[in-house]
Amino acid sequence: MVEIPEHLRKRAEEARAKAEAAKAAQAGPTAGSDAPTEAQQQAASKIPPHLLERSKAARAQADGPGAAEAGAVAGGGGVAVAAPPAAPDSTPATGPGGHTQRLLTVVKSGSIQDVKSKPQDKVHVWPHLLVVEFVASLFITAFTLIFSIFVNAPLLELANYNQTPNPSKAPWYFLGLQELLTMFHPMVAGVTIPGIGLLALMLAPYIDRNPSKKPEDRKFAISLMTVHLMFWAVLVIIGSFFRGPGFNFVFPWQAGLFFEL
Amino acid sequence: MAIDTEERRKPLPERLADQMSTLADQVQGSQAWTSIFRPGSIFRKGYTDSPRNRSYVIMNSVLYHLHPVKVKRHAVKVSYTLCLGGLSFFLFILETVTGIFLMFFYRPTAAQAWDDIYTLQTSVTFGLLVRNIHRWGAHLMVITVFLHMARVFYHGAYKPPREFNWVIGVILLKLTLLLSFTGYLLPWDQLALWAVTVGTNMMGYTPVFGEQVRFVLLGGVEIGTDTLLRWYVLHVLMLPFVLVIFLAIHFWRVRKDGGISGPL
Repeated sequence: MVEIPEHLRKRAEEARAKAEAAKAAQAGPTAGSDAPTEAQQQAASKIPPHLLERSKAARAQADGPGAAEAGAVAGGGGVAVAAPPAAPDSTPATGPGGHTQRLLTVVKSGSIQDVKSKPQDKVHVWPHLLVVEFVASLFITAFTLIFSIFVNAPLLELANYNQTPNPSKAPWYFLGLQELLTMFHPMVAGVTIPGIGLLALMLAPYIDRNPSKKPEDRKFAISLMTVHLMFWAVLVIIGSFFRGPGFNFVFPWQAGLFFEL
Repeated sequence: MAIDTEERRKPLPERLADQMSTLADQVQGSQAWTSIFRPGSIFRKGYTDSPRNRSYVIMNSVLYHLHPVKVKRHAVKVSYTLCLGGLSFFLFILETVTGIFLMFFYRPTAAQAWDDIYTLQTSVTFGLLVRNIHRWGAHLMVITVFLHMARVFYHGAYKPPREFNWVIGVILLKLTLLLSFTGYLLPWDQLALWAVTVGTNMMGYTPVFGEQVRFVLLGGVEIGTDTLLRWYVLHVLMLPFVLVIFLAIHFWRVRKDGGISGPL
């Protein structure tokens, strides 16, 4: 059996005694003042007598136009909480100042109805989003198709180990790296710099702890990213169009284009 | 269906009619029929534009795996996303479809690869067109994935709660580059051979295990027919497989993190 702590047991006993005393005090006047028939009626229906009284008044109001004025005074005012009953003799017990009801507590709606998400302005995915997606995919398909009709993918002569083309270029998205190769040791240019770059890119959300998404709050992050993107874009453009035989710097409008996609 | 003697005495047209009605009952009682023409189905009562039917279009289709029934009004604004993520995914599908077509005409050996591409271009109906779409679609996909990344960065959409999805996204960017790079070798022409030579030479400079990485990737010490087979399998099977897994995680995270990021 569970041991009930001493102080809790005491408190429970006190509360029980208090409740019984209150019940006895309430039962006393009810039994004394009211007629026995009415008391029996109350016990049978279990409707608090003052409410019964109020509903009787309302019914009278509805029934006869003559009774309406009297009923309006009694029932119209405070429907919710503390309307004093029409007939004072039927009230079982009245508190100080003649009140029959007590205000126990006021529960504010926020404390029990915790609204976590505010209602958002939402639209149906069909048709709003799906139509946009469909049109976008049609557009990109049409673009790719038309481009493919007019521009052929390159197919140079068969691979030949003995004939190194000059210049030899990587795919365009690696030309920034190949460009770095002209400046640094291959381990730095080919592995260290792109490795650190991609790692930093992956860790961006963990490095940039600034919670704001507003451009004006993140000038540093935006400028850093822009500088990096521009850096790579410039390297790729130089590697693609400004590198000729021997990977030497040339101007495409003078030496021609050494670039295959 | 048992046919008793009384049944047999009926005239033929009547018997046929009976059998037809039994057949109709069987078809309409079948699981396939009742699932297609289930109550509420638009195949049963036609499509009328109502909020309920709009929800059903998503809820009762495979699209429910990708999209919720409703999204924030802001999420359908083209000027915010520029459709870049969706276009990248669509281009991946386009690459898969055209790639499957190309696989029918291609053998990944040094002796046959170039001839197969050449034959594809000259003798196969739409061969050249499909190869062009595959090639340009691949370059376009690298661009859209890259721009998608830039878009997400500039919107700060990688910030909490979307940090993890950003990491997945960067992995997808790398996979896209690898897919494009492995496809580069397959035509086995001068462009392919020497571009890949330059690329793999760079990988060889990885500290500690650079030589091993290069050996595994090339299937030998230099690019040859083994490299071609290896990159072919990587290109048509392994990398798409890995990419699809990460795509699934990427899309799942988008919804888990409450849809696409909000306005600035």
